Amino acid sequence: MAQPQKPQRRREPEIPVAPVALDKKGDALLALLPEVFEAFDVEFGAAVDEVVVTAKPQDVPAICRLAKEDPRLDLTYLRCLSVVDYEERLEVSYHLFSLDKRHKMVLKASVPPDEPFVPSIVSIWRGADWFEREGHDLFGVVFQGHPNLAPLLLYEGFEGFPGRRSFPFHEYNEY
Amino acid sequence: MEVIQQGGNTPAESIFEHVLPNAVTANSSELFGLARKSSLWTLSFGLACCAIEMMSTHMSHHDFDRFGVITWPSPRQADVMIVAGTVVKKMADPIKLLYEQMPDPKWVIAMGSCATNGGPYYRSYSVVMGVDHLIPVDVYVPGCPPRPEALMYGIMQLQDKIAKDAKERGATPETAT
Amino acid sequence: MQVQRQPTQQADTIDLMVNMGPQHPSTHGVFRVVLWIDGERIVRAEPHIGYLHRGSEKLCEGELYSQVITLFDRLDYVSNLNCELAFCLAVEKLMALEIPDRASYIRVILCELNRIASHMLFYGVYGLDTGAMTPILYGFRERERIQALFETVTGARMMHNYIRVGGLRHDLPEDFVPKMAELMDHLKRGVEECDDLLSNNEMFIARTKGIGPISGEDAIEFGVTGPALRAAGVLEDVRISEPYSIYDRFEFGIPVGTYGDCWDRYYVRIEEMRQSMSIIEQAMEQMEPGPTVSALRRITRPPKGETYMRTESPRGDFGVFLVSDGSDKPYRVKVRAPSFANLQALQHLFRNAYVADAVVILGSIDIILGEVDR
Repeated sequence: MAQPQKPQRRREPEIPVAPVALDKKGDALLALLPEVFEAFDVEFGAAVDEVVVTAKPQDVPAICRLAKEDPRLDLTYLRCLSVVDYEERLEVSYHLFSLDKRHKMVLKASVPPDEPFVPSIVSIWRGADWFEREGHDLFGVVFQGHPNLAPLLLYEGFEGFPGRRSFPFHEYNEY
Repeated sequence: MEVIQQGGNTPAESIFEHVLPNAVTANSSELFGLARKSSLWTLSFGLACCAIEMMSTHMSHHDFDRFGVITWPSPRQADVMIVAGTVVKKMADPIKLLYEQMPDPKWVIAMGSCATNGGPYYRSYSVVMGVDHLIPVDVYVPGCPPRPEALMYGIMQLQDKIAKDAKERGATPETAT
Repeated sequence: MQVQRQPTQQADTIDLMVNMGPQHPSTHGVFRVVLWIDGERIVRAEPHIGYLHRGSEKLCEGELYSQVITLFDRLDYVSNLNCELAFCLAVEKLMALEIPDRASYIRVILCELNRIASHMLFYGVYGLDTGAMTPILYGFRERERIQALFETVTGARMMHNYIRVGGLRHDLPEDFVPKMAELMDHLKRGVEECDDLLSNNEMFIARTKGIGPISGEDAIEFGVTGPALRAAGVLEDVRISEPYSIYDRFEFGIPVGTYGDCWDRYYVRIEEMRQSMSIIEQAMEQMEPGPTVSALRRITRPPKGETYMRTESPRGDFGVFLVSDGSDKPYRVKVRAPSFANLQALQHLFRNAYVADAVVILGSIDIILGEVDR
């Protein structure tokens, strides 16, 4: 993998992008997915070694349920639910894995930062409970249908969403 | 000891001359200081990684029991609170409550750099930069995490401090002789 | 005086709320559970976490990649090398970097040693939870031996900061091979001794058998991983389902339990220690001299992209979701901590349990608050 060239003065160094490196299982899954998800408006892609499915926020529970119950996919294990703050949108990623077939998939949905509403998937995986609470706590994403979105990691009365890029670091000050 | 029959107001012989050198005399406050420093019961209050090194210090390799230090879960019977680990703002109220529940005389050891001044988390939004913002600290043990030998040295410094305070009985540097 | 007798069916009862507060001898750190109990049975349990939330994920966005490794050390502070390894593998996957063989072997040896040390800590503290005061001394004796070896290799007993992007910080010392052989000797006898002391003890079995069972399907739904999942009967280990580093070159067994109760979770870890020792021996035989760092620039700048790296830490599936924007600092680091997910099953595990079993069940999940709260 070539490192970027040492930048000359007054020239923007070009930022390399990580190449796609799907293995055989990833390729097979990528070929299978358009057929399984043909009822939804989704885009398919790949990120290094993961198959990425980008969907609309409202479709997320239906897609997750289909991924979990469809015997061809059998993605029964929710590995991680994370929120990333790209300045103009918040992106929620659902990392799914199949314990039997050992293939994996990432489902992504983007929401605008001022109206971050995503339906909750707690009814599909009970293990998504605290991940969604953390997403709400640190980023402000509201998971509709979640039974209890109380603060998980921050104390009561904390103002602001510290996970977002706009939240400042505590500049070191002794007092 | 024989009773000396004499007339008049003659004081009896001093008992010390008869029992010395088998007895030691001391000030009562120094004696209490000796007792307090030799049997420091620590409140088991491990917050984070330093707690593991604190546990190692209590175990058989670097034995803490030979200093008289036993870890005790209840604050009502503990003398020392070793704050081992990062103090987070959510935890600040329980720490103050625990400190107030400990009876006097009590001491606090801030173990590790997180309890001293925030440590590697000094830019974090949810960390209190040192436990001395909340409670008065007697000994600071630096390190991340401090070795068990460092914590033992911290306890020994605390013992010296207790002995010195007992000797001076609250004298300030201006009034100390 | 006439005593009015009231039949007990008409008595009003309310559940007693008991707070196992942040400072508690058996909550393995600053963890708070609020229990509602009816007599001796637990009706409901509400865990409260966040008492150790230090904002590590946010801090990672402001530090260089080599500085982030020190933050990862302090996440799961009992198995530091496994956390460092996960992060370094994530960055190396993004950069598509080839690691020299010797570095990979050393990484595997140290991570497996760290797994043994972590399980020894679990063993000692679990004995203490069930009321036995001796196992913790034996467990920590073995841990001290391992930490002494770590000190000669990495320079520190706990926060090693040794596994770097591209390999290791420096090579092993010269006397590593004889010291390792001696340590293996001690550890074999130590593990057998620890097993003898506690596993078949009648009181220990009475306190842990049949307590807090969880079925395989429930465990997968909650996201429970690691020894807790394997004790429930599901054969799932990241080292065999998605082999990372060079784990595909070793032959080792995966202990799997039957009932998913506390005793199974405990014994799976004892067996894992034996399997770890077997991996270490195979690695020591296969390892050859060579370079330990691949040629890298001084400041790591991975290409733009994102990746999810999954490793098997002693507690379960430790995942790192790394998003990079091409600069020398990560854009977003999300840590998927196994204890965070395992703890969500607490309410399920506490059903039909007595109050006295609460501590035993909590101890058997083996949580470390550093990674739960990050």
